[in-house]
Amino acid sequence: MKPLDHEETDHSPAGDGHAHANEHAHGHDDHHEPGFWQKYIFSTDHKIIGIQYGFTALVFMLIGFALMILMRWQLANPGTAFPVIGSWFGETYMPNGVMTPEFYNSLGAMHGTIMVFLAVVPLAFGAFGNYVMPLQIGAPDMAFPKLNMASYWAYFVGGVIMFASFFVPGGAAKSGWTNYPPLSGIADNPMFKPDLYHVFFNGQTLWLVAMIFVITSSLLGSVNFITTVIQLRAKGLTWMRLPFFVWAQFISAFLLLLAFPPLEAAAVMQLMDRLAGTSFFMPTGLVVDGTAVDALSGGGSPLLYQHLFWFLGHPEVYVLILPALGIVSEIIANNTRKPLFGYRMMVYSVVVLGFLSFIVWAHHMYLTGMGTKISMFFQTTTMLISIPSVIIITSLLISLWGGSIRFNIPMLFATAFIPMFGIGGLTGLPLAFNATDLHLHDTYYVIGHFHYVVAPGTIFALFAGIYYWFPKMTGRHMNTFLGHLHFWPSLILMNGVFFPMFIQGMRGFHRRWYDGGQVWEFTQDLLWLNQVMSISAFLLAIAQIPFMINLFMSIKFGKKVTSDNPWNATTLEWATPTPPGHGNFLKEPVVYRGPYEYSVPGAPTDFSMQNEPDPETLQPAAAAELPTAKH
Amino acid sequence: MEIPYTVSARPDTGLWNAKIGIWLFLASEVMLFGGLFSAFIFLKLGAVADPSIKWGGDLNWQLGFVNTMVLIGSSVTVIMAWAELKLRNFKKFQMYMALTIGASFLFLIIKGFEYYAKFTHGIFPKTSTFYSIYFTMTGLHALHVIGGAIVLGYFWLAGRELYKRNPEHLANRVEVGGLFWHFVDLVWIFLFPIFYLLSSYPLTPAAH
Repeated sequence: MKPLDHEETDHSPAGDGHAHANEHAHGHDDHHEPGFWQKYIFSTDHKIIGIQYGFTALVFMLIGFALMILMRWQLANPGTAFPVIGSWFGETYMPNGVMTPEFYNSLGAMHGTIMVFLAVVPLAFGAFGNYVMPLQIGAPDMAFPKLNMASYWAYFVGGVIMFASFFVPGGAAKSGWTNYPPLSGIADNPMFKPDLYHVFFNGQTLWLVAMIFVITSSLLGSVNFITTVIQLRAKGLTWMRLPFFVWAQFISAFLLLLAFPPLEAAAVMQLMDRLAGTSFFMPTGLVVDGTAVDALSGGGSPLLYQHLFWFLGHPEVYVLILPALGIVSEIIANNTRKPLFGYRMMVYSVVVLGFLSFIVWAHHMYLTGMGTKISMFFQTTTMLISIPSVIIITSLLISLWGGSIRFNIPMLFATAFIPMFGIGGLTGLPLAFNATDLHLHDTYYVIGHFHYVVAPGTIFALFAGIYYWFPKMTGRHMNTFLGHLHFWPSLILMNGVFFPMFIQGMRGFHRRWYDGGQVWEFTQDLLWLNQVMSISAFLLAIAQIPFMINLFMSIKFGKKVTSDNPWNATTLEWATPTPPGHGNFLKEPVVYRGPYEYSVPGAPTDFSMQNEPDPETLQPAAAAELPTAKH
Repeated sequence: MEIPYTVSARPDTGLWNAKIGIWLFLASEVMLFGGLFSAFIFLKLGAVADPSIKWGGDLNWQLGFVNTMVLIGSSVTVIMAWAELKLRNFKKFQMYMALTIGASFLFLIIKGFEYYAKFTHGIFPKTSTFYSIYFTMTGLHALHVIGGAIVLGYFWLAGRELYKRNPEHLANRVEVGGLFWHFVDLVWIFLFPIFYLLSSYPLTPAAH
């Protein structure tokens, strides 16, 4: 049923980049041109929201990186005053320029939180998902544009609260990014130190409040993504014709939808513990600073929090990696000029991966004393989940086989992703086994493992995505020379930062040591690796400068694209004007073929776009009416 | 620009957007309350294993029962409201919607009375782990009741304009709101037995 005002309105000429041709009736509320605030700040356009997400997430990524730089100085030169910036942090955090252990803990907790929840997921899912996914499925926008805006602003508010918690008395949350109680229940708690901490404005409480905003944001986003993929696919775009990137986002959305709420429950309970004096996670007979705590009723279970946290935490890991796999798949297919190897198997794998990721969470908890039988179960499921992961990464590797590869900047990052993610993934196997995990648990080996997955893995894929889709967003290419200047040092230095962690970790370096292991005898001969890692990290920071210059300069001065499809790609986002206007497509796209028809024998070009009719084999009408048509 | 399938169903999925959206949202809500129900079980098992932890409390099951009936009744009226809207009887829709909102207020008043009685007897969330989870879960549920009542109240009071413009759209919105309302009802149907019926007598220690 249509609204009553059914008249056709005047359409602006199609060439101005604003698509109106696919509209039949205008809603009564979008006749006027939106003003600045509505267009760029409180926009409901998925592309603007995607860019807002991307920009905010990049800022948070820089903040998270800066926190890590501070930590790396401390680890390499424990007890030494910071040069130059040491005095900026005040006497509480850095007396005489030397970092306090509490501040180090805050930095560690906030580095993890900011990087996972405020930088990588918003960039991979919020930014790329918002910008690219609706374009790739041929949709005019997200299914719920207003919810989309609400999702961004909830994330923004959560991020601001999280960052602001650095400035309250006592500083930001300091119990690790996992915030395990009872440590996190005691930390910053005015119940124990009323003169030091505010009842509400203390680091840990603000962390929980900020997380509730972030969880709300991801809930709104994931509902929107799933509905959009199900409902707004273009005619003829069947499930097996979806680009792999869309599949990856689709599964990630399910993970966010279903995995985050238990953490919300945990956050609510921890907030109750802090604000209402309950004892969900505080055990009976707790002793703080040598005195027994009588104020609590007791009877709570710290293990319960860990279960709830990791029920989120593990699917979250796949939310970090799946969009990255999607981006890399698009770029590899495009630059090898070949179809992806085993597209169907990759899709099945990503679905299985999504399902299995819900039943592996307790492999983070082998040392909690939850019992060997439970450990056994989770060891088995963890072994199982490596199968679909390896299928996907192997498919990507074999996709390279026999291609005449174009090594442009996106492709460099995408190819580097494969071995880096491979190292990250394979070093996870010893952690999955009970027996070896006993030794490796909570060492730098773990840090090395998941940073290989996320830093030179996911973040490289995100860089690849930025270089790849930048011409669609702005109409200009990013500079190739600066791209090389960004890529090669980053590749080497990432390994310089993270590879020594495996060596230290196997020796037994604990991940939360604030002095980098200075005081132990068994660490002495590997302490020099701290210097290697820290210098690599500082140089890595410098290596990001070409990227920043490139990103901002190319918006104005980059080489202009000569067509709407500068990479000669096949997927629908390249069938839009550059940059796509409000409503995206000049006319409603109809899809006739699979996502990666590169180098089809007999085709006039080496790429056949999805919306390109093929009169000999497929009638348009037939393609449109058969939602389950095989490609 | 208009988003397709906001009012009419997409032919191959047979659904309009918000209907998928609300079911996904409810799936997420199931996980939220699922986390809390798991916490209930986890803490109760802890109390079974350790007799020093007090479990159970003195809840008024009669009031809980009345509230169960009130919420189930409101689930019926919200369906009636939707059905009347489908039949294009706006007046009757408003009447049934008013009944639904009224039921939500009645529920909250009874719940508030129960809370008040507990507080005046010196029972707070921090009294015991049992009361912690009781207040947290019923409190979160009450927030859902308030949220649902606000949404349904909006359709009740401000639905007329949309009804004139596009009655099917309003019916869809009421259906979505109603689905949420049923969910809120359903959560209570689980909360009532675990707190009021199964937790009012002392635990027997584990056999081992």
